[in-house]
Amino acid sequence: MIEVLYFAWVRERIGVPREKLETEAATVADLMTELAARGEGYEIAFTNPKGLRAAVDQVLVDMDHPISGAREVAFFPPMTGG
Amino acid sequence: MERVRVQSANFDQGAELNAFAAQYGAGAGAVVSFTGVVRDIAPGLATMEIEHYPGMTESAIAAIMDQAQARWALTGAAVIHRYGRLAPADPIMMVLVAAPHRAEAFAAAEFLMDYLKSRAPFWKKEITRDGAAWVAAKDGDEDALRRW
Repeated sequence: MIEVLYFAWVRERIGVPREKLETEAATVADLMTELAARGEGYEIAFTNPKGLRAAVDQVLVDMDHPISGAREVAFFPPMTGG
Repeated sequence: MERVRVQSANFDQGAELNAFAAQYGAGAGAVVSFTGVVRDIAPGLATMEIEHYPGMTESAIAAIMDQAQARWALTGAAVIHRYGRLAPADPIMMVLVAAPHRAEAFAAAEFLMDYLKSRAPFWKKEITRDGAAWVAAKDGDEDALRRW
C-alpha cells in the first residue's frame, strides 16, 4: 500500500488530494503509467510527464527513482514558491 | 525566531526584521532581508491562493538553508513563507540573512530566493474576476539555479 498525493492542477484534474493504492510499479515513471490508465482525469494529468515533478517520501526525485518501500509519492507541477 | 516558519497568517515584515537583527545582527555586521509581495498588476486580481505540501515544505526549506549555511559564513538565517489566501500587497514570504560582510549576506539571500522559487513545494494560483489560473513556473527559474 502506498499513499499518492496530488497538488495544484494535478489535484484538480484527478479530483482528490490523496489516495491509497496497491501498486506493482518499481519506479516513479512506472507508477505514472499505471495511474494514467485509471481514468480521464489521470490520463490528462500524466500525458505530459515533462511538465510534472515527483517527490518520494517528501524528497524531490527524478522519474526513474525507485518507489519500493516508500510511504508516499507526490505528483505536482513545477513549483512556484518565493 | 525560528529558522523556518510556514504559516497562513500575515506577518509584519518590520517587526520580523527587528527581531531577527536583535538576535543575529550584533555579531554579524551585515543583515539582508528580502520580502516577496503579492503584485497588484493583474487586471482585477482579487486574491492569490498558495497551496503547499505540509511536511515537505518545511524539510525542503531547511535543506536549502543548510546548503546556504554550508556555503557562506552566515551567523543566522530565517525564512517565513505563507500559504492560503493572500490579498494584493500582502507579504508572501521573507528571507533574512546575517553574515560578517554584505557580499555573503546578499549572495546567500539571492541563493535562498532562487532555490525557494523552484525547490520549495508551493504553488500559486491567481484568482481574478475572470476566473482562476495557476501561475506557471518560468524557464528562467530553473536557469537561475545554474549560476550557483
